[in-house]
Formats: sequence, C-alpha cells, structure tokens
Amino acid sequence: MKPPPFHYHDPRTVEDTLHLLSELDDAKVIAGGQSLMPMLNMRLAQPGHLVDINRVDGLAGIGWYEPEQVVRIGAATRQRTIEKDPDLARRYPLLPEAISHIGHFQTRNRGTVGGSLAHLDASAELVAVASAAEATLYAASTRAVRAIPMADFPRGHLTTDLTSDELLVAIDVPLWPDGHGYAFEEFARRHGDFALVAAAVLLELDTTHRSIRRCRVSLVGLGPAPIRLTKAEELLNGGVADDDALRSAAALARNLSAVGDDAAPAEYRLALAETLVRRGLRRALRRATQPTTPEVN
Amino acid sequence: MNVNGTAVTGYDAGARLLDVIREHLGLRGTKEGCGVGECGSCTVLLDGEPVCSCLVLAGQAEGREVTTVEGLASCPAGARLREQLVDHQALQCGYCIPGVMVSATAHLSRTEEVTEESVRTAISGNLCRCTGYTKLVSAVLTAASDTGAHS
Repeated sequence: MKPPPFHYHDPRTVEDTLHLLSELDDAKVIAGGQSLMPMLNMRLAQPGHLVDINRVDGLAGIGWYEPEQVVRIGAATRQRTIEKDPDLARRYPLLPEAISHIGHFQTRNRGTVGGSLAHLDASAELVAVASAAEATLYAASTRAVRAIPMADFPRGHLTTDLTSDELLVAIDVPLWPDGHGYAFEEFARRHGDFALVAAAVLLELDTTHRSIRRCRVSLVGLGPAPIRLTKAEELLNGGVADDDALRSAAALARNLSAVGDDAAPAEYRLALAETLVRRGLRRALRRATQPTTPEVN
Repeated sequence: MNVNGTAVTGYDAGARLLDVIREHLGLRGTKEGCGVGECGSCTVLLDGEPVCSCLVLAGQAEGREVTTVEGLASCPAGARLREQLVDHQALQCGYCIPGVMVSATAHLSRTEEVTEESVRTAISGNLCRCTGYTKLVSAVLTAASDTGAHS
C-alpha cells in the first residue's frame, strides 16, 4: 500500500528541524525510515507531518572522546556505517556484531542508530546494546538539550521518554578497555527477523585473567523494555571466571518475568533467555581470555 | 535525482521512491512485494548501495544516483548475470528477479572473491518463493566466473 497523505518537510539544519518540531502538531521525524516507512505503508501510522532529517547537517558520524572515554554516535549514523567501521570493530565490537543481526543489507544501508532507539521495538538489537552499554542519549529541542540515561529512556511499548518536540541527536557509549569480552546472541525464526529474545554481554577480566572485574548483561524480547540482568552481574562481578559461575548466573534469567504472545509464550522466552545469556557469557569470556584468537563458531 | 544516468525532476518529494520509479518514470521492472522491507522485490541502488525503494522517500534520493534493474543492462556484471539467469532457467514467476538482479549485481561489481556463501548473504534480503534459490545462486556464481564472463 501507499502511505497515507502527509506534509513533507525537508530541513537542512538541526535548528530548523527543532523549530518545525516545536511548531507542528502531529509531526513525526523520519530518519532511515526502516521502521516508520513500513508503518506508513501499512497505514499503522498516519502522522500529519513528516520531518525528514536525512539531509540535516551534523547528525551522522562517529566521534572518539579519549579523555571522557566515550564514543559518540550521531543519531542519523547508518547501521551499515557502524557495521563496517574499523575502529568500532576493534574498540567496541559488540556494536557491529549486534548490527549484523538486523534485517538485511537493504535495510541496514538505510536504517540509523537513532531511528532504531527512538522506535524502541521490544526486541531491537540496538536497544539491547544501548542498555548493556549504559549509553546516554541526547535529546534536543528549542528549549534545551538534555541527557537521558538509557535506563530511563523506555516508557512502554514502542514509547520513549522523548517528547513530541524533541529530536534524538546523538548517543554516548562509554568505552571498555581494549581486549574486553563481548557477545551478542539472538534467537530468531529466520536470520534478519526481529529476535524472539536477544542478549548483549560485556565482560572485563581482572589483571590475573582469573576473575571477572565487571560484566553487563541485557536482554530484549521479554517485554516492552530491555531488561538488565543485574542479579547475574552481581553474582559474577569480582568472582572467579569459571563455567559454573557463568551457568549459575545465566540460570537467574529464569526468575525474570516475560510477556508471552502468539510468537512465543513467556516460559519459552525465559528458556531462550537463559540459553542465550549462558552462550553470551561463555563467548564473552573466551574473547576476553584470548582477545586475538579469531572466533570459531 | 539521476535515475539510470538521466536527470529526473517534477516528482513529489514526499512520494515513495518506488512510486516515482514506477509511476512517474514508468520503469516497471522494480516491483512492490510486501511494502515493509522484507521481500526485497523493490530493491534499487542508491549511490551504488542496495535499498528497498518502498522504504525510501523520493526527497531522500534528491541529488543522488538511483539505479534500477533497467539500468543494469548497461553494466557488464548486470548483463552477464541476466544471461546466466536465463541459461540456468533460474526463475519461475519472476517477480523477485529484478530485486535479486540488483542485489547480486551490486555484489558482483564490488567483490573480488565471490563464493556461494557470499552470494547467499548478498541476496539474503531478497525472497524467492518459487525456486529455492539453488539455480539463482548457480547463475550468480557462473556470472562471476570467467566462463560466465565469456559465455
């Protein structure tokens, strides 16, 4: 189907975009369009105005801030750009690994980082990564720019903390030391589908390589918002890095509550969660122990 | 925007690129399948990168180069692939073929070592419900080989 009629706006600067968003009623921002266009084509969304940010200067790009130890990703940065970026592959490999699970070439060539976060699908890969990474999101409006911790960003099903006059402009991802462990695991019926459940894992060993200094585990696909498996993190942080510990930590995923639907009942999603966290922790540990060994699956 | 090398004007910037291509320009090779970015029937190249034209607004292609399946005829890899698809009888209903051709041609034009796996990955965004992909993949592989180039 064709989209319903709307007024199309094509600003070139962030300032103009913010003015449009503050002045227009019923406006929707379109970036890569890989979530919004399907909703328009199916007429699930019928906004009065579309504000296209594809040609707005300064919204795309990857910046490294060494003193602050963060990588800043412009909201309109294409997923494919992240997937191919050599510095991210070396310094924050969880991001490209997660992105390789999103859709296919056609959609990753258009889809953006900010678009995926602002759409906040319940099982979106980048939502899991932003949660595990404790990313900070920057929302701009004509009033101010505010920083939103990822933990406070989801407000419900496909609903975020962004107000109607705000534009997501960038996200900051705190860096981990070189050689840290990471893994993105997901289960989907077909490659490229939205995940039924996915897990993002970050892990850092202490200098002896025998125990875990800290780790982060986030899950999507269990409910409208990503879930940090903090109980597992607490169990592992400071503890011995052996397989028993990883198994016990993963088993804690069973105690979470999940929302079931036609695609998979809650119980099945929790079973997937345990398996994916266990695999993710094992893979992250292997990578942290042997950071230069190529991955063989 | 330029479509297959020709400058195009007079379109609605808020229309889908797919509709501009099919209705404004009358290039009917590009198909609409699902309209949600799953089937790949509407795949075109935007500055050389495969995209679903049902999910791109025409305004987003302004000032850029669009290549549709019709435009592949003038590119050697595209011409070779078309020949091989016919020789391998790699299509039945044919609806997915324009999209497959666009994705596969982009892959052939930029990849030095084309393998079965790389071809399957390259066309993973294109659904074919008739053939089971085997003949499609053979056709692309033959087009990539020297034999294909000279057949």
